[in-house]
Amino acid sequence: MSELRENLLLKPSRPVGIMGYGAYVPRYRLPATEVNRIWRGGEGGVPVKEKAVPGLDEDVVTMSIEAARNALKRADIAPESIRAVWIGSESHPYAVKPTSTVVAEAIGAVPNVQAADWQFACKAGTEAIVAAIGFVGSGMADCALAVGMDTAQGKPGDALEYTAAAGGAAYLLGPAEESLAVIDCSYSYVTDTPDFWRRAYQKYPEHGQRFTGEPAYFKHVTEAGKTLMEETGTTPDDYAYAVFHQPNTKFPQRAAALLGFSKEQIAPGLLAPYIGNTYAGAAMIGLTAILDIAEPGDRILMVSFGSGAGSDAFSITVTDTLLERRNRAPSTQDYINRHTEIDYATYARLRGKLLMK
Amino acid sequence: MTDKTEIVIAGIGQTSVGEKWEISLRELAFHAIESALEDAGGLRPQALFVGNMLAPQLSGQAHLGALIADFAGMNGIEAVALEAAGASGGAAIRSGYMAVASGMVDAALVVGVEKFTDQVGSTVEAALATSSDSDYEAVQGLTPTAQAAMLLRRYLYEFDAPRSAFAGFPLTAHANGARNPNAMFRRAIKPEIYERAGIVSDPLNMFDIAPNADGSAAIILTRPELLPPGFPHPLVRIAGSSLVIDTLALHDRPDPLVFHAARLSVERACQRARISPLQVDLFELYDAFTIYAVLSLEAAGFADRGEGWRLAQDNCIGMGGSMPISSMGGLKARGNPGGATGVYQMVEAAMQLRGQAGDNQLPNARRAMVQCLGGQAATAVTHVMEVMAS
Repeated sequence: MSELRENLLLKPSRPVGIMGYGAYVPRYRLPATEVNRIWRGGEGGVPVKEKAVPGLDEDVVTMSIEAARNALKRADIAPESIRAVWIGSESHPYAVKPTSTVVAEAIGAVPNVQAADWQFACKAGTEAIVAAIGFVGSGMADCALAVGMDTAQGKPGDALEYTAAAGGAAYLLGPAEESLAVIDCSYSYVTDTPDFWRRAYQKYPEHGQRFTGEPAYFKHVTEAGKTLMEETGTTPDDYAYAVFHQPNTKFPQRAAALLGFSKEQIAPGLLAPYIGNTYAGAAMIGLTAILDIAEPGDRILMVSFGSGAGSDAFSITVTDTLLERRNRAPSTQDYINRHTEIDYATYARLRGKLLMK
Repeated sequence: MTDKTEIVIAGIGQTSVGEKWEISLRELAFHAIESALEDAGGLRPQALFVGNMLAPQLSGQAHLGALIADFAGMNGIEAVALEAAGASGGAAIRSGYMAVASGMVDAALVVGVEKFTDQVGSTVEAALATSSDSDYEAVQGLTPTAQAAMLLRRYLYEFDAPRSAFAGFPLTAHANGARNPNAMFRRAIKPEIYERAGIVSDPLNMFDIAPNADGSAAIILTRPELLPPGFPHPLVRIAGSSLVIDTLALHDRPDPLVFHAARLSVERACQRARISPLQVDLFELYDAFTIYAVLSLEAAGFADRGEGWRLAQDNCIGMGGSMPISSMGGLKARGNPGGATGVYQMVEAAMQLRGQAGDNQLPNARRAMVQCLGGQAATAVTHVMEVMAS
């Protein structure tokens, strides 16, 4: 332990793991070819097959509640024992007033609870996980909920409209001995890199086009992943699976190749082609899909990415407990299979793209 | 007028071309200047001519003469920036050439520098459109890319050139760029890649358009008698220099498919060099768009009107061809760093004539012609360069 504390890794004095996890994806899907049809005359390639679109009555609050309830079902603990409800998103319904209090109330975690919303573009959810590890790992609490969930905004006609999707995952963090997977350690890599942003009162984010690639996504994801592996003395062969933030299909595939992971290692967690980029939920829901199929002893690498920019890398090892808990709630694939295709006009209605007054 | 004074290139320098997000405009220029000064063996220039196209719009920075001379530690010299859209680099060379030829300056430093990546999207397109006639063209939303697209469409309508014939130009550029360590794109492409490329501005596809890029190149011009004996590299002289303008707006030309300024500029530069264009061993032309390469070849007299596309069919323009173009990748594969492009062309041609072009070396290259164009060839700058007998 002491030798690890001297290096760059984050590792709590009390081992922490995942007691329960839950995914949520809304049922509507907009094929990328629909966006292409409207804005590009149907010409050229598309970055994903389709993306998940929230219904008229869905937002980050309702979707976080769905995912948190699934996590609670798997953990099978009393909601009163949750001492923190932390929601990471860039689509919080309110600018001022927490998402987390509504979620905490709905799942029965109030009033003896910390509640706050996190913002760090697409890594707000994994930042909440790191905080929850610290909260539980210090002994201040026995259970904390960290959620990454988004109903991402894509400007009509922008490259991001193909991928900006809705979905995410919730994780209940607790003592390692009560967990279905142990979080061995984490490492975060952060710099001031302005690749993507949305200022106050703006409806849609802006981005630095190709700047979002090399100096932003790839640099941070590979540095975080590489450093975590170096500091833990592991190589890609030590991991059964890896999951990366997935703004499209190609970026995580290339990040995996750069770090030395095979297509097979990332396939189960690569959901962007089917549900799009769920922003703060993207890496975290990729991990729920892996936990749905992983075996005890499997080691998993998760690396998120948030614009602005930073990456959180986690080494996670599955325990025997996973097998008895994972079927207590719908799997990630169940949500992906629950599928209603919509056209661009329906999408425009569901996402409030039409001016009503 | 004949040029009595001999003007030689004492030093050359360049940065690699690409998306240099981590380097500022002044640093980029400084890197090229540093290399050129080193190559010139310590020769100290008394004047700096900066070629730049868009720094006021894209970097919020004008007054580049003072900025770059000061940053390069040349406080106290004469320094000024020149702007002629895509021909800015050539215009700066022309000014440096005239300064030395007049005898008012012994050694002139010319640096071309462009920093596109400080801005993205429509800001860049709008800035580029300032190179055309703002009141009649840009105000209508007509960008340089759209104008090139209209020229290609007109060309296809007027002449019986097959659309696929234009593939030869980017294919040649990419094949050459693959062997240039300073090029932005270092991968050869196949005809089917060209055929499949997405349309940017119909009928131009992605491979018909050179990429906007960051980069800086520099040359030092002087008179040969001012160089120390035993100068370390072969000397290249500027045998002819010409800058000519045409109507700014495309619609004011009797025939938009004739680059008249380019034609006059070639004629005058070659006249001063006392050669025919057919006597050059390579032609670094301005392939910002494939249609520009075709129209430039026709303007220079290498092909008749409506026949320029055939040069790519017959592989005349490749490394082994009768008139190699874009020998280091051209604008298409080396990248198009705006006001630096004209200086890159001269640096690359000098490398060919010195025998320093590495894997892209053309055998027996003794004479080169370089030409850059501003706007829709409203400005054309042409230089003829020759290796001097040692």
